[in-house]
Amino acid sequence: MQKLLTWIDDRFPLTALWESQWGKYVAPKNFNFWYYFGSLAAFALVIQIATGIFLTMSYKPDAAKAFESVEYIMRDVSWGWLIRYMHSTGASMFFIVVYLHMYRGLMYGSYRKPRELIWIFGCLIYLCLMAEAFFGYLLPWGQMSYWGAQVIVNLFSAVPIIGEDLGIWIRGDYTISDITLNRFFAFHVIAVPLVLLGLVAAHLMALHETGSNNPDGIEIKKQPKDPATGLPPDGIYSHPYYTVKDIVGVVVFLAVFSSIMFFAPDMGGYFLEANNFIPADPLKTPEHIAPVWYFTPYYAMLRAVPSFLGSQFWGVIVMGAAVMILFALPWLDRGAVLSIRYRGRQYKIWLALFVVSFLILGYLGVVPITIWGQFPDGWPLLGSADRATVVTRVLTVVYFLFFLLMPWYTARDKTKPVPERVTG
Amino acid sequence: MMSVSHVRTLSAVLLFAAAGAVAASGGADIRMEPSPINRLSLESQQRGVRTFVNYCLNCHSARYMRYNRLTDLGLTETQIRGNLMFATTKIGETMTVAMTPADAKAWFGVLPPDLTVEARVRGDEWLYNYFLAFYRDDGAPSGWNNLVFPNVAMPHVLAELSGTNRLVTTEFKDHEEAQAAALAAKGIVVLAPGKNHTYVVKTLVVDTPGTLTPIQYREMVADLVNYLDYMAEPMKNKRVSLGLAVLLYLGLLFGFAYWMKREYWKDVH
Repeated sequence: MQKLLTWIDDRFPLTALWESQWGKYVAPKNFNFWYYFGSLAAFALVIQIATGIFLTMSYKPDAAKAFESVEYIMRDVSWGWLIRYMHSTGASMFFIVVYLHMYRGLMYGSYRKPRELIWIFGCLIYLCLMAEAFFGYLLPWGQMSYWGAQVIVNLFSAVPIIGEDLGIWIRGDYTISDITLNRFFAFHVIAVPLVLLGLVAAHLMALHETGSNNPDGIEIKKQPKDPATGLPPDGIYSHPYYTVKDIVGVVVFLAVFSSIMFFAPDMGGYFLEANNFIPADPLKTPEHIAPVWYFTPYYAMLRAVPSFLGSQFWGVIVMGAAVMILFALPWLDRGAVLSIRYRGRQYKIWLALFVVSFLILGYLGVVPITIWGQFPDGWPLLGSADRATVVTRVLTVVYFLFFLLMPWYTARDKTKPVPERVTG
Repeated sequence: MMSVSHVRTLSAVLLFAAAGAVAASGGADIRMEPSPINRLSLESQQRGVRTFVNYCLNCHSARYMRYNRLTDLGLTETQIRGNLMFATTKIGETMTVAMTPADAKAWFGVLPPDLTVEARVRGDEWLYNYFLAFYRDDGAPSGWNNLVFPNVAMPHVLAELSGTNRLVTTEFKDHEEAQAAALAAKGIVVLAPGKNHTYVVKTLVVDTPGTLTPIQYREMVADLVNYLDYMAEPMKNKRVSLGLAVLLYLGLLFGFAYWMKREYWKDVH
């Protein structure tokens, strides 16, 4: 065995690769609950790719057969239902894990110098995931697949001057059609996953170059090394320590995953929407079109932005900006410390506001805009406006202010002194 | 101290809030009857499929459901061939109908939807109530209307069994009074805004009795809905029982993984 390894290592840096990326990678010893979600995201990606391969074997990317082929998978393919539910549950679970992973970054300042590129690769991964989810959602060819895609592609059609041509270029047709389905299939199963895998590799390589942040936001690399072990006093090898720890995380994740997949795969209509069990019908617009839950905060923003100068494009800009602004985060934060543990009150309040806004926006993107009724007719400014729209607008502003005011409130904040060693 | 009417109003409000099944159209609230289906009863599903092939499968297809899959319900292939297959002779075929889409459009105005996964679209409670909510409406093209699905194109094909219902609408000036009346009413109730700021409470009463008693009819509908629910996801019971086994396994695996983590981490200080 050792001989074989030496043979390979003489020709390919297998041991070196393993040791630099995981085996001898030194990580802070104080990772807490929030640090499970990185490895879980990788695990979710593996689930999606593995189940996706099997689904591709029986799925037919054809407008006349797609819906039927999904039911064929659910009914006639051996264990097809399990594979399909793993994939559909996996999509939502992937987003849950990624959102928690991103929130971890916000809390502990993991995007700060020298980890800006890790964050940027992460944001690109998030963009890819959104594209992947969007393309994939068309494939079952149900009513929500169809009309959801219609709505999103129409966003591009709202671009001034070139919009209409842009929409046709994306769809390959004047409406969402068989042609669109075919190209979305190509994007979903090969184009986006390829980019995604490359980005994940870059994300991990950058991480293993700079070293991991931790809940205290201390650079363990700067600590004087222990002469006996050659490691920083707060550092441990990923393997076996985080290997065995992440396995516990994976088992718990699988338990949550299985509880949903086996007992409530629809998740009350949030993971699989009821209307998507009706085959796509280009002539019948559903009464209420809502995207899947992971897009709803942005969808809420889109819906709440008023049309201006006869164009809906502003909503598209706001929605796009809400995602793109994440990229600027490393340069917006001027805080003296990284971790929320040593931040002052202002950052904590803004982060809380941001999280609450994001969650309520997510809710408002699911429900009809009339959900909370209208303001009374006679009211100045607000008269007869939908209450939910007004709330969405306020929360959208809060969402953006979290980022736009960050250079000021983080710089002014009264931070606490950061200890020399991690605090467990 | 709260007066009786206040308590009533409050509970009516709570009831409507908790019902969950609120129709989105036109601001009407609907209270449905709970659906009494038992997914573990194969007998119920067997009775349900009989009703399904006799009454539904003439106009509605179930084109993703294969006849031989009915062996799930404890039926033999001979039983399926002898009692349930009228449209085909091949047991591996799916449940299609002879009616062409063009005929369907001409007769009903709309294509009767395929019912294979209808229970996943509507839910079993909605379906159960739908079959109870037909009433005579001379203004409708088919002569029928439905409290749960207003202006539905489908006629009440089970009318001979259920008997016919008549719609009773009561108008209220006051919202609280309307809510109290809705709460006091039996069965399916719709509370909708009426004309000139009034509130309308809609209920159904039996006009002419059918060949089945109301209890028998409800049992029959429950069986039918049970079958529709099964057909929409035939592996549902298997999925749940497999899930329990998987969770049990993961529980054991967690014990082992956690123990291993603790052992390794003993030397981290």
